[in-house]
Amino acid sequence: MLKRRGAALGRAVLFAAIAFAAGSTLAAEDEVNVYTTREPGLIQPLLDVFTKETGIKANAVFTESGIAERLAAEGENSPADVIMVVDYGMLEDMVERGLTQPVHSDVLDAAVPENLRGPDGQWYAMSMRARVIYASKERVPDEPMTYEDLADPKWKGRVCIRSGQHPYNNALFAAMIAKDGAEKTEQYLTALRDNLARTAGGGDRDVARDILADICDVGLGNSYYVGLMRSGSGGPDQEQWGDAIRVIFPTFADHVGTHVNISGAAIAAHAPHRDNAVKLLEFLVSPEAQAVYASGNYEYPVLAGAKLDPIVAAFGDLKVDSLPLHQIYEHRREASELVDKVGFDQQM
Amino acid sequence: MAGHDLRPMTVALGHWRAERVRPAGADFGWLAASLLVLAIVLMPLGGLVYFALRGSGDVWPNLIANVLPNAIRTTVLLLLGVGVLTTVIGVGTAWLVTMFRFPGKRVFDWALLLPLAVPTYIIAYAYLDVMHPIGPVQTTLREILGITRPRDLWFPEIRSLHGCIFLLGVVLYPYVYLPVRALFLMQSAATLEVARTLGANRLRVFLRVAVPLARPAIAVGVSLALMEALNDIGASEFLGIRTLTVAVYTTWVVRLSVEGAAQIALVMLAVVFALVLTERWARRRRVFSAASRRHHAAVPQPLSGFAAFGATLACFLPVFFGFLIPSSYLVGSSWRRIKVAGLPSALPTWIENSVTLAAVATLVAILVGLVLAYSLRISKSPAAPAVVRLASIGYAVPGTVLAVGLLVPLAALDNSVDAFMRATFGIATGLILTGSGAALILAYVIRFLAISAGGIESGLAKVSPHLDMAARSLGSRPAKILATIHLPLISPAIAAAAMLVFVDVMKELPATLLLQPFNFTTLATALYGEAKRGTYEDGSIAALAIVAVGLIPVIVLARVNAGMGLSRRRKQIVTGDAVETGMAPL
Repeated sequence: MLKRRGAALGRAVLFAAIAFAAGSTLAAEDEVNVYTTREPGLIQPLLDVFTKETGIKANAVFTESGIAERLAAEGENSPADVIMVVDYGMLEDMVERGLTQPVHSDVLDAAVPENLRGPDGQWYAMSMRARVIYASKERVPDEPMTYEDLADPKWKGRVCIRSGQHPYNNALFAAMIAKDGAEKTEQYLTALRDNLARTAGGGDRDVARDILADICDVGLGNSYYVGLMRSGSGGPDQEQWGDAIRVIFPTFADHVGTHVNISGAAIAAHAPHRDNAVKLLEFLVSPEAQAVYASGNYEYPVLAGAKLDPIVAAFGDLKVDSLPLHQIYEHRREASELVDKVGFDQQM
Repeated sequence: MAGHDLRPMTVALGHWRAERVRPAGADFGWLAASLLVLAIVLMPLGGLVYFALRGSGDVWPNLIANVLPNAIRTTVLLLLGVGVLTTVIGVGTAWLVTMFRFPGKRVFDWALLLPLAVPTYIIAYAYLDVMHPIGPVQTTLREILGITRPRDLWFPEIRSLHGCIFLLGVVLYPYVYLPVRALFLMQSAATLEVARTLGANRLRVFLRVAVPLARPAIAVGVSLALMEALNDIGASEFLGIRTLTVAVYTTWVVRLSVEGAAQIALVMLAVVFALVLTERWARRRRVFSAASRRHHAAVPQPLSGFAAFGATLACFLPVFFGFLIPSSYLVGSSWRRIKVAGLPSALPTWIENSVTLAAVATLVAILVGLVLAYSLRISKSPAAPAVVRLASIGYAVPGTVLAVGLLVPLAALDNSVDAFMRATFGIATGLILTGSGAALILAYVIRFLAISAGGIESGLAKVSPHLDMAARSLGSRPAKILATIHLPLISPAIAAAAMLVFVDVMKELPATLLLQPFNFTTLATALYGEAKRGTYEDGSIAALAIVAVGLIPVIVLARVNAGMGLSRRRKQIVTGDAVETGMAPL
């Protein structure tokens, strides 16, 4: 009796599974599946345009940490086609773990400069964001600055910054290790820590808010936050924060360029809709989509000639630091451990 | 009533407790079910062990030298602070509303639960904005005092350890208030009256009799609050507090070592477990349950004058700080947004998704909790309580870590089903569970089983085993006894557990982010997406919806509690016992 019931149940499950599998393959033809850590407010409009233009339905999971773990666990059956993240170290990590595949696309190769691509076309940058200095319009003279200047004792008690462990700061410190070595970077981090006006933490926007509140005079932040704040999309308060600061493009001492971090995309190793995935990536570097990165999120497009948002254009000309991104990745962990070592994030 | 000393009561109850209901042979199904539950619940732990063993341990030299000394210190101070604050607020207000009458008492009775609906990541953001030097509070203060520069006004910094303790304390104290209040309601008035006739004043009765008797409930509530605090990442990272959980997170996300992160998380889990077991061991021989057959609740004493004012204020402040400030902040910023752009068109979908997930997860968590708690009741194994503790493990792990741990066995299961189906029938089934709503439900149930199983277990513990024996000797099977005798008796405990699970699922963010299906947005993930982008006003509408929907069960819970007077009378006839509206004894 019990056995028969069990068998019936088994058949029902089997049937459901077959129906499910059949359903999913039928629906699967004209789709592309995206795993992304980027914000739905930015990416969903892009995906909507893509669907409208190509008829390919774009499905997205807007997540945070753990895309690599999810991909690895799902293995060959993973439904993911495209991975879009802001932390390029995550892209390199996924390449190392065999979770991506080379793309080979003339469109992408033409649009994305070589220093902004992964080895063998394993990933492509979609946009750039400069790590800039926010300086009080009221209290800081309008002069060029280097990243190293922030560690000058004259800024003691006047610097605000988010956690030294945040990927944006981590990449900057890793770049410094690549240029000047660990020892000098450690000295830099110690001196910078001693200059902090408050415990490192919060977000980049909090730096601007704290400058407005006279808690500090200078700080580090990403360029696109200034656009977001000044545009008023975050409300009138944020507009005031954004207006309180001046954007300075710092360079590393003895170098010419400003450090940038990127947002990038890759194709998953077992992408079930590889062709659609390539189409999506190619769409994302098209002038139309690049304009959305520029105007919707105030980022720097990777496509040469794509127009900047007026707010961003007003910062002046961005000269990008020439250090290959891969070297930054190599020092990622070292930078993170140095931040711990000097107690950068410790409560003040 | 006279001569009602604690000791005979304790002995009598100890006698109850010593007897275990013996299985009548055909209970194998129940045992198997509970072991199956345990196996499923331990899946994420298996995933973590898998990661941890794969790691080389290379993250440890830096951790030991540079991270752990401070992270441990910060975490211990945070937990101590939150522990003290939630105990003082939770026990103090529970005592006031059960033992005294004062203005507002009837409102505070349920209003003290309201902060449950406010997620920690929301309160942190709201307070930073409100208390910031250029926020409304300090700006007004400066205007009053005639100070122009923000720097010249000293004001407590919310981005600090004490700020974090304060914020976590005022939203987490209901975890203590709820079970302690239930226990005070059940405490025999006789005990307290005896103490009073022996010359103890109010304070002495409270400190020397009521609090010690309430210790199991306090331990239950505080351990829940502390695990919430320990696993919190939203508030503490936002406020710049580098706890052990932040160290786990940094190791994983920045140093890209999920292996190292799993190793730290497992060590933390072992410590948490050791602490929980120590606490239980320390009160192993004592039986605190003070309900007697001649139970009657204490009649609240009226307070007047200064005492009444003090009681009102003491109950008002936690509600003010933990609920009124953050919710009115959210109402304000939502309103500004709605004026400009109206409600987000997807809001009904977000609400529907959140509520559906929370409702299904609650239902499953209660059923599973019931199976677990009941099969332990009818089993005679001395390991039974340990099984419940072990099944509560999901609450002791940060949500993201739990989700990562769950991914591995879940996807492995999917992949082996797929491989089997391909090999046998030539059919690809793909991933059935991973990336489905079912995976989310599973994660929630594992995470919050501590609340449902624990609450039901403590409810069942109050039902006399003699009832089971009588029913069994009359030939009833366990399932029938459960349905006809236990369920009606423990319904308040079940309702309380269900409401807590529901609210917790509504608030849950990290596991949802990692395991969610395609094209699926809940209130919590919508809020997160907007907050990340800095469009906080858009996010505040979702945040307000979380709080508003979370309020419904909190109010229902208050109703259940209010109805306890009636149900207690009914129960007295059957059991001579009250049923605890309790929570997980972890």
